[in-house]
Amino acid sequence: MTALDRRTFLRISASGAGGLLIGFGLGCKDKAKPKPSPGPSPSPTPTGDGTELNGWIRIDPDDTVTMIVPEAEMGQGILTGVAMILAEELDADWATVRAEHAPADAATYGRQSTGGSTSTRANWDALRKTGAAARAMLIAAAARQWGVPLAECDTEPGKVVHAGSGRSERYGALAAAAVHETPPDEPPLRDPARYRLIGKPTPRLDQRPKVTGEAVYGLDVKLPDLRVAMLARPPTFGGKLATLDATAARAVPGVRDVVEVPAGVAVIADHTWAAMKGRDALVVTWEPGPNAGLSTEQVSATLRELAPGGVVVRADGDAAKAIAAARTKVTATYEVPYLAHATMEPLNATAVVRDDGAELWLGTQAPSNVQQTGAEILGCAPDQIAVHTMFLGGGFGRRSQVDYVAEVLQIAAKTKGTPIKLVWSREDDTRGGYYRPSSLALCEGALDGDGWPVAWRQQIASPSILERFGPLPKGIDDTAVEGVANLPYALPHVHVTYGKPDLPVTVWFWRSVGSSQNAWSTEHFLDELAHAGGKDPVEVRRRLLVDKPRHRGVLDAAVERAGWGTPLPAGRARGVAVHESFGSVVAEVAEVSIETGAPRVHRVVCAIDCGRPINPEQIEAQMESAIMYGLSAAMHGAIHFKDGRVVEGNFDTYPVVRMREAPVIETIVLRGDAPPGGVGEPGLPPLAPAVCNALLALTGKPVRSLPIRLA
Amino acid sequence: MAYSIKVNGTSHSVDAPDDMPLLWVLRDLLGLTGTKYGCGIAQCRSCTVHLDGEAVQACQVRIADVGTRAVTTIEGLASAGTLHALQQAWIAEDVAQCGWCQPGQIMSAASLLAKTPHPTDAQIDEAMSGNICRCGTYNRIRRAVRRAAGGTP
Repeated sequence: MTALDRRTFLRISASGAGGLLIGFGLGCKDKAKPKPSPGPSPSPTPTGDGTELNGWIRIDPDDTVTMIVPEAEMGQGILTGVAMILAEELDADWATVRAEHAPADAATYGRQSTGGSTSTRANWDALRKTGAAARAMLIAAAARQWGVPLAECDTEPGKVVHAGSGRSERYGALAAAAVHETPPDEPPLRDPARYRLIGKPTPRLDQRPKVTGEAVYGLDVKLPDLRVAMLARPPTFGGKLATLDATAARAVPGVRDVVEVPAGVAVIADHTWAAMKGRDALVVTWEPGPNAGLSTEQVSATLRELAPGGVVVRADGDAAKAIAAARTKVTATYEVPYLAHATMEPLNATAVVRDDGAELWLGTQAPSNVQQTGAEILGCAPDQIAVHTMFLGGGFGRRSQVDYVAEVLQIAAKTKGTPIKLVWSREDDTRGGYYRPSSLALCEGALDGDGWPVAWRQQIASPSILERFGPLPKGIDDTAVEGVANLPYALPHVHVTYGKPDLPVTVWFWRSVGSSQNAWSTEHFLDELAHAGGKDPVEVRRRLLVDKPRHRGVLDAAVERAGWGTPLPAGRARGVAVHESFGSVVAEVAEVSIETGAPRVHRVVCAIDCGRPINPEQIEAQMESAIMYGLSAAMHGAIHFKDGRVVEGNFDTYPVVRMREAPVIETIVLRGDAPPGGVGEPGLPPLAPAVCNALLALTGKPVRSLPIRLA
Repeated sequence: MAYSIKVNGTSHSVDAPDDMPLLWVLRDLLGLTGTKYGCGIAQCRSCTVHLDGEAVQACQVRIADVGTRAVTTIEGLASAGTLHALQQAWIAEDVAQCGWCQPGQIMSAASLLAKTPHPTDAQIDEAMSGNICRCGTYNRIRRAVRRAAGGTP
């Protein structure tokens, strides 16, 4: 999915959030834009009388340069990355640079939504121009002050210099005057050969507050008279409240009130423990609604039935004929389950509703959608909803949904003037809807007389994420087929179809989206074909990637570092996979053995081509992160349904990878000068197939469903 | 009911139900939000604090059971303005991503090093496998613990 696509989808997603956005028709009496109160901030903020040169850059008299970042910091290091690009062109002294989240402000930042690994690649040009324009304003101010021509002035980190007179002035002393200079439309950009920051491994700006406990996340927000709410929700999709007896809940010490809202029954209390106990004490029954019979078996059967009859996504040559005529063919059915995001910080949001709008403090990937949601629920304008983005304790796509925002606003609308912090328990978070879609793929392939693959047919059935935003073009959800529709291999016959089931489970973007399952089915199936033809998996890929130099580049880099073909200890094997997603290409080689009946991944070598690397340090960190996240899914991840309800709840039933299972990861960041590609997601897709390909090499048996369960 | 507890060297009086977990006493009553909630059932150890130097899950300790034991949280790990060796190592290895689990990781590691100043890799894995990190920073946590222990990261 391209950057533009995802952004467009998120743009319309607020109105598509449908049933959750039930308006109260309260109306906001005062249509004036509220002034945000000086509430909590994610990290200590200098209270200087700094000058904002533009919406992104503020310079204090003491030379502190604050980069104001409209994207959300959820761990991916974007505060640091955006600050580096701005600082490069501003020619700032990096030691004086800090970063903070911007408020939601459409007039300044346009649509604010962090997802699709777009933050760097979509803003690369604009950020450089923004930094360069601010630098030009500082130069203009100095030139005016000194009475010298602009062209004679230059900058050194943190100051403007005039070589002819030997004069120099600090940015901090120039900023107040510079704000009156007109920023040029096309400021000169720095020659990449002279980059001081871009491309240099740079530690995160937010590391220290995160190891001292000072960093403030959504769940950490403190406000006067803050109340904590927890919500009892219908346990089935489409369920409704039947009966409620709140007597016992109201008797729990610390419980202030019990209110019914469209999303369920909210218990409002003085602190989280009282809210939890109060919710436990509710005597509540639910109308299960039409989906009380939903089960994992039913989902699986639906996908299996639907897959053969999908609409054509891609048709090169005549795959059906080639497969029918082939002497050697392979067929396989691959299936993956729904997955929860399981961010480390459970979902939460704090809101106060007032006559003139609302103010929210929360971890969100989508501040603009938060405003839109507030506008729809409260009946006011989006800019009457002030949004403070706090640090996110993980996002992975989940925090681009606004279901929890709608919930807190429904509750806070009933306690006008009193701020409400809505807290989700871990179980709420796991059962709260919005999952990576399940998916089933029927694969058929054929080999030529020499054992090389020549034909590929893949029929996919998977619930649609995008249908909530409007009719699907040609009935195809691009996210469900990404990575297959653009299968990179030079095969004369490729046929891909998509079938969309109607299932009640709400699905959503999950780190790397469709590539999270499609890289697995395509790359594992390719190894099945190589295995059937007696070919080396690397050799097959090199042959079929003849016109894909970036794929071959990462493949060669990864297999060389991994020592492909060199001996391993007995009982250990390597598997390789390569996949392009979000503008970058990644190859991974996994070393795997089997211990007590389960795969053990010892080492993963990863090579990424993401164009020009901004911060190689964070690119490595994101590869490590995506590999572990992908490994959790491959080894453990599954959301099951029984009697309409989610079976899993906490980390005991929805396990994730722990340190004892964590492989050693080595990352190679290729140096390119193409515009930057995405980094947060592309490391994930190759992991599962690399592991399964190693298992195939080890056992001779393919893995046909995830999570991996060895027979 | 009223309890007196000592946290990071300071005594506090709190009015709390006796079954209230120390986690929520710290976060909601004392405003010490460095100790994080992740699961509530001792599965993720994001809420790890020390009781008289012993690592415990604050979600599992009732306020009534704290008694006179000294509570140390992430906010109390640094001394006299100098970060703990582990916090410095975490910064040197650029460990944290989202950062939510890291106070708990650091408190678990501090307990490990207090008992085993020079742990083997296997001892690090064993001691730290109770703590979950969804950003997958395990490689860097290993390196940071080794670094803080004076070894090769």
